Amino acid sequence: MSFVTVRDVFQEYDGRPIIERVNLDVAEGEFVSIVGASGCGKSTFLRLLLADETPTRGRITVDGGTPAREPGRERGVVFQKYSVFPHMTVRDNIVAAESFPKGWGWFRGAKLREARARADEVLERIGLAHVAKNYPSTLSGGMQQRLAIGQALHARPRILLLDEPFGALDPGTRLSMHEFLTQLRAETSMTVFMVTHDLGEGFKLGDRVLVFDKTRWDPDYPERYGATITYDFDARDHGIPYQHILDKIPSLAAQGDPAPAPD
Amino acid sequence: MRLLNRHPTRPTGILLAALPFVAVLIAYWIGSEIRLAANPQDKLLPAPETIMITAGRLFTEPNKRTGEILLWADTFASLRRLAFGVGIGALISLTVGVGIGLLPYVRRGLSSFVAVLSMVPPLALLPILFIVFGLGETSKIVLIVIGITPFLIRDLSQRVLDIPHEEIVKAQTLGASTWVIALRVVLPQILPRLIAAIRLSLGAAWLFLIAAEAVAAEVGLGYRIFLVRRYLAMDIILTYVIWITLLAFLIDFALKTLSRKAFPWLGGGL
Repeated sequence: MSFVTVRDVFQEYDGRPIIERVNLDVAEGEFVSIVGASGCGKSTFLRLLLADETPTRGRITVDGGTPAREPGRERGVVFQKYSVFPHMTVRDNIVAAESFPKGWGWFRGAKLREARARADEVLERIGLAHVAKNYPSTLSGGMQQRLAIGQALHARPRILLLDEPFGALDPGTRLSMHEFLTQLRAETSMTVFMVTHDLGEGFKLGDRVLVFDKTRWDPDYPERYGATITYDFDARDHGIPYQHILDKIPSLAAQGDPAPAPD
Repeated sequence: MRLLNRHPTRPTGILLAALPFVAVLIAYWIGSEIRLAANPQDKLLPAPETIMITAGRLFTEPNKRTGEILLWADTFASLRRLAFGVGIGALISLTVGVGIGLLPYVRRGLSSFVAVLSMVPPLALLPILFIVFGLGETSKIVLIVIGITPFLIRDLSQRVLDIPHEEIVKAQTLGASTWVIALRVVLPQILPRLIAAIRLSLGAAWLFLIAAEAVAAEVGLGYRIFLVRRYLAMDIILTYVIWITLLAFLIDFALKTLSRKAFPWLGGGL
């Protein structure tokens, strides 16, 4: 049942623990938001999921496979910045998602025309068809991130990793990006991990919200212990997952009124 | 208003840009006048008119014996050496620079070596080059290559390292191999840097070229200058110096234009 499995993962830099004893099971198609204070290791955890780094201890597997040792096509990623290639046009950035696994990273002739046609479809869907021939530097921040997401999804990854993807956008653009991401998810239903600073964003988009924090503190040596997952919220139905529980499991209603909540 | 916030208007700007040139010309002209007034045979600061006449003769008059115009032959020979030297240096530095910047194994193996190599004064190697490669074209080209390549390698490898790690990771998640990342992500972004670095190293390249030509050559701009020095032919030397300056300026301008035209994605940067 578990699609992404994280078992006893520790990560240290030069003997300094960043995260410790992280265990996690994520089902296929879940949207997991990861929040926490600055420096709590949430970006480190994302890099581990991405296989950009390998954990000091423990293992991370996707669909029961062997742990990855470097990033690959299984994982798509969108960073806060630098997620698209500045020297390629918007359309070529999408084509790159198809052509990069090939020997020279290029398409020619009929293959190129077909790939470009498919790229144009993608651009149409993400609303960037009118700037297909522009370079990313001429695009607004929101458009660049939309391109980055489109590019990542065009490679058809099994999990999508977002590292504060909307952190650098203004609030209005951020809202429209939320809509855009929600739409895309409805179409693709892929597994997503999103690191964010914005708690509201995490709850709004995620099915689950994980909080990273330190559980142990050494007041004399604050760097002694790393962070781990301290909360795992169910964020479906606006963070109140059980309000419609009777609709889903009517048999519960027959057992009478729920016990009064303890004070 | 603070001085640093004052900007010249366009006509003033052009005037200011022209001012140092005019000042140098006038200073030379005055100096020349004073010396020629004292001694009309003075050769040290020939009058501007004399230089103009000499220049006209040098550019148009063929050599009586061989029938070729020496200045053009010199120009052709020197530019050929420069082009080969800079071209070979650029190719080597591109390969090694991308290797050092992208591959940890190459970085560990070569970066300290290149750092030490770049401290070797190239001109001190010139005698060795003449002994090893002879007095022909090779030793001059090799001197230019040795002179500029370590600098180019260090600059380019640093530029490769400056490419955001995010881009490299992104390319990997799209399935790119090391080769494809070098070819499609790193190389295109490094080429404008290569041109910028070449522009910076051209001054050094000219220096090494003229030095090599001065020591041993049969034709070339530097060779001619050091040849006519014996006759104190200041008018010829000055013509050559101005000509070399003009050539260097035109090459720099051409490279700048090329960089702007060929890399539209830079969006005016660089």
